Amino acid sequence: MNNETMTYDYSVVRQFAIMTVVLGIVGMLVGVLIASQMAWPVLNFDTPWLSFGRLRPLHTNAVVFGFGGSALFATSYYVVQRTCHVRLFAPLLAKFTFWGWMLIIVSAVVTLPMGLTSSKEYAELEWPIDILITVVWIAYAVVFFGTIAKRRVKHIYVANWFFGAFILTVAMLHVVNSAALPVSMFKSYSVYSGVQDAMVQWWYGHNAVGFFLTAGFLGIMYYFIPKQAGRPVYSYRLSVVHFWALSFTYIWAGPHHLHYTALPDWTQSLGMVFSLILLAPSWGGMINGIMTLSGAWEKLRTDPVLKFLIVSVSFYGMSTFEGPMMAIKTVNALSHYTDWTIGHVHSGALGWVAMVSIGAMYFLIPKLFDTEMYSKKLIETHFWIATIGIVLYITSMWISGIMQGLMWRAINNDGTLTYSFVESVQAMHPFYIVRASGGLLFLTGMLIMAYNISKTIAQGKAAVATIPQPAAAH
Amino acid sequence: MSDFTSEFWSWFIIAISGGGIVWLFYLLRGNNKADTEQGVPTGHVWDEDLQELNNPLPRWWLYMFYFTIFFGIGYLILYPGMGSFKGVLGWSEIGEYEQEVADADAEFGPLFAKFEQTPIAELAGDTAAMNAGERLFVNYCAVCHGSDARGAAGFPNLRDNDWLYGGAPEQIEASIMQGRNGAMPAWEAPLGGSEGVDQVANYVMSIAGRDVDDDLAAAGKTKFDMFCVGCHMPDGTGNQALGAPDLTNNIWLYGGSPRTIKESIAKGRAGRMPAHSEFLGKAKSHILAAYVYSLSHESD
Repeated sequence: MNNETMTYDYSVVRQFAIMTVVLGIVGMLVGVLIASQMAWPVLNFDTPWLSFGRLRPLHTNAVVFGFGGSALFATSYYVVQRTCHVRLFAPLLAKFTFWGWMLIIVSAVVTLPMGLTSSKEYAELEWPIDILITVVWIAYAVVFFGTIAKRRVKHIYVANWFFGAFILTVAMLHVVNSAALPVSMFKSYSVYSGVQDAMVQWWYGHNAVGFFLTAGFLGIMYYFIPKQAGRPVYSYRLSVVHFWALSFTYIWAGPHHLHYTALPDWTQSLGMVFSLILLAPSWGGMINGIMTLSGAWEKLRTDPVLKFLIVSVSFYGMSTFEGPMMAIKTVNALSHYTDWTIGHVHSGALGWVAMVSIGAMYFLIPKLFDTEMYSKKLIETHFWIATIGIVLYITSMWISGIMQGLMWRAINNDGTLTYSFVESVQAMHPFYIVRASGGLLFLTGMLIMAYNISKTIAQGKAAVATIPQPAAAH
Repeated sequence: MSDFTSEFWSWFIIAISGGGIVWLFYLLRGNNKADTEQGVPTGHVWDEDLQELNNPLPRWWLYMFYFTIFFGIGYLILYPGMGSFKGVLGWSEIGEYEQEVADADAEFGPLFAKFEQTPIAELAGDTAAMNAGERLFVNYCAVCHGSDARGAAGFPNLRDNDWLYGGAPEQIEASIMQGRNGAMPAWEAPLGGSEGVDQVANYVMSIAGRDVDDDLAAAGKTKFDMFCVGCHMPDGTGNQALGAPDLTNNIWLYGGSPRTIKESIAKGRAGRMPAHSEFLGKAKSHILAAYVYSLSHESD
């Protein structure tokens, strides 16, 4: 065997790992700006391309697809090689996925502030970019499943089931939801209309959460927690059950975004019922993550990387409990359209997705550069700053959201509304400041991470990892 | 109208959603076997040291899962969800809405009926009615007229006792119920371009008592008499039957800077107060009319 087939292909993993940190900072910086605009509208600067309406989709695209997407590419390419004991399939195609994905992110950074948008939430990019996403995604699927196909171990590791489900489902969601009729180079209209369009959009939107931000990151969790803890996964049986239950049930949950709208009653009911049933499959992942640590709890005291990973799973458990509760129609009647939803999303996005990605990067980057992390102390600092930031963010949005919901529905004894809308806006102001501060803390943590990682890379060199023989089956 | 184009789709939904719940139940049953023991590895090893234990499903988790499944089945028996089956409770979203509206009408209807019978000028002195009026105003009117009712460019100030369509109680009520459409045509071409506009603007400012260029104003008067008096009257005091503003009181709906006045003359203006009779109904419109009336009659 020559050198090419005896080592793992880390080059594309390194590229995506570095871009995870870079795009995390970009996306969160925009997030802090728009959070500040909510508190101090003067920060819109009366400039269209700096205004909230255009930067908000840039924030979501940069953090979900830029930061989160890069983390998923990096970890899935790393994990699939290491757990299949083979080099990446079609390495040129893998390189193409990196440059293609970066081109997509750059296109988003250019077109969204220009106001070019399909206006579908989390799918704002216009049709030429949508086509590029499809092409890159197919290449990704070929590389990933090609690597699985040539694996040298019989059993496919659980992390790969989740990465696989994420890749396949996102392909389906993207193609179906983004189907549109172009009328010019930068404008298209959805092929769906009315309530069907809304339903397709939230079928996509909720499963972008379910498969992009959950299944994909569960794949990360299933590799990096047992590795970092040095403990076996808690239950294979549980992983089988919760994988299939999660994959089946998530697809139904979208209608809970459209409670009390023109969506037919039966659709709303099914959305609510399956959202509730989703609680246990979601918690299956949390149990497997946290219980993997049983017998090694003391490591949490000293290992900041493990802190990131375990706290991320705790936030995952919390937001997957909160989600089904908010899907109950009577709760939703209070929470819908309020900041509570924003808080819920960020307990998942910051607490789960970002924390597990950060933990994985602190594990991964020294391995990719054949060195140790430059400073363990800075990881510890990052962990605490990020955690405090998240807590400030979520609690301020809970209070603000529940207050909004209660103010909107409060009525006087003559039947008139107690508060005008603007009074509820005024009441939210202090919480918007707290939220922006929480976001700023989280961003500060990312900057510390960037410093720590750049020092680490500077002291390291591109790692050459020899593929070990698979362990003989017992 | 049915939510389904044919019964087939109803059964299709029942099959995949109901079937899915049953499948979840058997997935749990099938994997809750006694063939796994606590702390025993499966024997698979990946990437040198990755292993899995084969611990059985945690009891509390399993029961929670079963509970949500049975809750879901119960819910889908009681409420709509299984295709075109309406649920044994007969609940519907529109039914709940109509019930809430009916309940509110039953509870608050008598009070509002009493308000509706009271003449506007008298109602304006009724504290309870004016409290209701203020809450209605901040929710339905403030978006254009401002929370303090002092208006904004293009949206009249309701506190200054200057009225486009008349300030008598029944005129205010008519403005709210039927809405108003103000139309000032664009005069730039008839006035012979920007020079003519400039002249008329100077004249209009002069009758409002502002310092102007006397030569321009004199030239403007000739044009004003020719084109503007039809609506704004020879003395410039306007016509409430048309909604033509009084130009002599130095109150400017769209702004009083020379530039804005010239723009109003050159390009025209279109003001629109939407009709609220269908949306708010007679009683609320009546209370709002009294509230708006009270804003400029607070000394009464």
